[in-house]
Amino acid sequence: MAMPYDYEDGHQQQSGPDSLSYDPSFVPDPVKSFVVHLYRHIREKNVYEIHQMYENSFQTLSERMFKDVPWPSVDAVAPFVDNDHVFCLLYREMWFRHLYARLSPTLKQRIDSWDNYCSLFQVVLHGVVNMQLPNQWLWDMVDEFVYQFQSFCQYRAKMKNKTEQEIALLKQFDQAWNVYGVLNFLQALVEKSMIIQILEQEKEGLEQFTATDGYDYNGGSNVLKVLGYFSMIGLLRVHCLLGDYHTGLKCLLPIDLSQQGVYTSVIGSHIATIYHYGFANLMLRRYVDAIREFNKILLYIYKTKQYHQKSPQYEQILKKNEQMYALLAISLSLCPQVKLVEETVNSQLREKYGEKMLRMQRFDDEAFALYDELFSYACPKFITPSAPSFEDPLVNYNQDAYRLQLKLFLYEVKQQQLLSGVRTFLKVYSTISMGKLATYLEVDEPTLRTILLTYKHKTHAVDSDGKISSNADVDFYVDDDMIHVIESKPAKRYGDYFLRQIVKLEGVMTDVDRVKLE
Amino acid sequence: MGREISSGGQKSSSSSSAGMSYTVEQLVAVNPYNPDILPDLENFVNEQVSSQTYNLDANLCLLRLYQFEPERMSTQIVARILVKALMAMPAPDFSLCLFLIPERVQMEEQFKTLIVLSHYLETARFRQFWDEAAKSRHLLEVVPGFEQAIQAYAIHVLSLTYQKVPRSVLAEAINIEGLSLDKFVEHHTANSGWVVEKGHVKSPLITLPSNEFNRPELKKNTADGVPFEHVARIFPILG
Repeated sequence: MAMPYDYEDGHQQQSGPDSLSYDPSFVPDPVKSFVVHLYRHIREKNVYEIHQMYENSFQTLSERMFKDVPWPSVDAVAPFVDNDHVFCLLYREMWFRHLYARLSPTLKQRIDSWDNYCSLFQVVLHGVVNMQLPNQWLWDMVDEFVYQFQSFCQYRAKMKNKTEQEIALLKQFDQAWNVYGVLNFLQALVEKSMIIQILEQEKEGLEQFTATDGYDYNGGSNVLKVLGYFSMIGLLRVHCLLGDYHTGLKCLLPIDLSQQGVYTSVIGSHIATIYHYGFANLMLRRYVDAIREFNKILLYIYKTKQYHQKSPQYEQILKKNEQMYALLAISLSLCPQVKLVEETVNSQLREKYGEKMLRMQRFDDEAFALYDELFSYACPKFITPSAPSFEDPLVNYNQDAYRLQLKLFLYEVKQQQLLSGVRTFLKVYSTISMGKLATYLEVDEPTLRTILLTYKHKTHAVDSDGKISSNADVDFYVDDDMIHVIESKPAKRYGDYFLRQIVKLEGVMTDVDRVKLE
Repeated sequence: MGREISSGGQKSSSSSSAGMSYTVEQLVAVNPYNPDILPDLENFVNEQVSSQTYNLDANLCLLRLYQFEPERMSTQIVARILVKALMAMPAPDFSLCLFLIPERVQMEEQFKTLIVLSHYLETARFRQFWDEAAKSRHLLEVVPGFEQAIQAYAIHVLSLTYQKVPRSVLAEAINIEGLSLDKFVEHHTANSGWVVEKGHVKSPLITLPSNEFNRPELKKNTADGVPFEHVARIFPILG
C-alpha cells in the first residue's frame, strides 16, 4: 500500500511530441467561445455560470484539445476579452496551472508564473478587483501558489544536473519564489482582507461570512476576503513544509474546526486543512487532537467521495485519503485511543493497516521500519527554503528537509518504545507492586520507575496555552511501592442518544401522520 | 540573496524605522516574515536569558529566519534558544526548535550534548541527566535558572505519577540531597501542600498535592453533560 517517498507528485515529466506542432498564437473556436463567455459571466458576476465554466468547460477543453500541449498564449486571447488586465492575469494563472499539471514547466516558465502571481495578488491587494469568483477557483489559486513554491524549492534543490543556463537564470531571478515573498504575500492577503476581524465579528453576529459561504450579495467582491481566508490555510501548509508546526497551527487559529466553515465549502481546502492540522498535531505529540480530526474527515470522505468522482480533484482526494489513514495508523499505534474512531473508519483502517499496526506495537527493528515507511508515504513534501550554494561541487539537497523530519520523528518513536510493554501489563492488573512489574518486564526497579514516568510524560500533551491533558487509554498512579491502575471507561453519552431518539421519533410520527388511511 | 524583499505584496513597514517604537513581541506579531528583525530577535534571546523570561514565538521566528538564510546563523544564539527550550519542559519546545535546525548544525558537539540532555529528560532518566549536565556546565551556566526549571519539570512528572513518593526517588530526580533537600521539602511543605509522612525511617514518603492525574477520581466527568445548543434544537419538537 505505502509507496516510497516520491518527490514528483505524479506530474508528467516530458512534454509530448505534439508540442512541436503547438502554435501558441492559434486560438481555436472553442477557446474563443470559452474566453468570451467566461469574460462575460465574470463581468456580470454570474457566479454559477463562472463555476460551471471553470469546473467543467475548462476541464473538458483541456482533455479534448490540450492534453499534452499548453493552452493558447494570453496575448492570443487578449483581443477577445477587451485586453482586460485582470482577466488576462486570471487566464494566465489557469494557463500555468494546466501546464504544471500536464507538462513539465521549464525554469523560465516557473519564473513567469511567479511574476504572474505577483501581478495578480497585487491587483487584489490594492482592492481594484470587483469580481465575484467561485470559492473553488479562489482556493485553487492559493493551493496552486503554495504547490508551485514547493515544486520550485524541490526543483532548485536538485543542483547536480543543472545546466549553466539554468544556474545563470537562478542567480539572475533570485527573487522568484523567494520564501519571504511567498510568506509575505499570504500574510498580506490575510491582513488586507481583515478576515481575522471579520471572523471575530461574525461570532458576535455583527458580520456575515460563513453563512454566505464568503460570497457578497450586496454587490461587493468576495475575492480579497476569501483569498485572505484561504491564505490562512496556505500559511499552515507552508509552515508544515518548513517543519514549523507550532507557527502553522497558530496561523489556523482564527478558523474554528469544530464547526462548518468556508474551509469545508471546497473539498480540497477541507482536506488540506485537516491533513496539515492533523500532521502538525502528530508532530507535537497531541495525538488525540490528530486522531479526532482524522476520524472526522475520513468518515466525511467515505460518505461523500462518490459525488467527487468526476471532479478533477478526485485523484488527489483519494491520495490524501490514503495518506491520512497512514497517519491515523501511526497516531493510534502511539496512542491507542481506538474508541475515538468511528466504526466505518476503524474497519477501513483495519483493512488497510490492521496487520501493520499489530507489528508496530512491538517496537522492534521491523516496527521502526514500518513507522519509517508510513511516515515517508504520508508526510508533506518538506522543503529547504534557502537558496543553494552555487559553488562547486554542486550537490543535491532536496531530501535534506525530509530526512531531518523523519529522523526526529523516529527518535520520538524510539523514546516511546518501552511504553507499549508497560501498557500490556497495566491492562490486566488493578494493582501491582513495583517489584513484581519490574520482574515481568525484566528490568530493575530504577529502570521501571523511569519507564513509568516516561509513560506519564508522553501520554500527557501540553497545548499551546500550557494546559496539560491526558491522552492515556490506561492510566495509573503510584502510592509508594504500589501501582494502582485505572482503565478509562468509555463514557456513555446517554444525553446525545436520547436527543437523537427524540428527533427520530418525531420524524416517524410526522411520516405516520402523512399516511392517509382509506 | 533574498535579503531585500521583492517589490510585490510585502509589508511596507520595515523594522529599521519601526524598531524604535515597537517591542520585539509586537514585531513578531505584525511582521514575522521580515529579515530585518533578525538582530532584534537575537538581542531578545539574550534578554530572555538575562531576565529569566521566555518567548517561544519569537525564538521560533528567529530560527525560521536562520533557516531562510543559514549564512546569518549564530550557533551561540541557537544554543541559548535550545537551553531555554529544555527549561520549558514538559512542553515540546525543544523538538519544535530541532525541527527547524539543519542536520549538519545539529552535528556540532554542543548541540549533540543538548540533544542527549533532552533525551534523558524525555525518558525521565534524571540521574543520567544530572551527571551529563554536570559535565556540560559551560553550556548551561550561562543561562540562569536552568537547574530550578529542570527541577520544576521533574516535580511535574513526579506529581503526574505519584500520590506518595519516596524521598530517595525525589532526591534523585531533582539532584538535591541531605540538608538542602530538607530545606527544599520544607519550603514545598509550607508553599505547595507537600506532606511528609512520619514513621518511615529509612526513606520517608512525601505526599504530593492531589491533581486529576495522580487522583483520577478528581477528574471532572464532563461526558455526561449535554451542551445547551443541543437541547435547544429539540425545543420546537417538545413544544
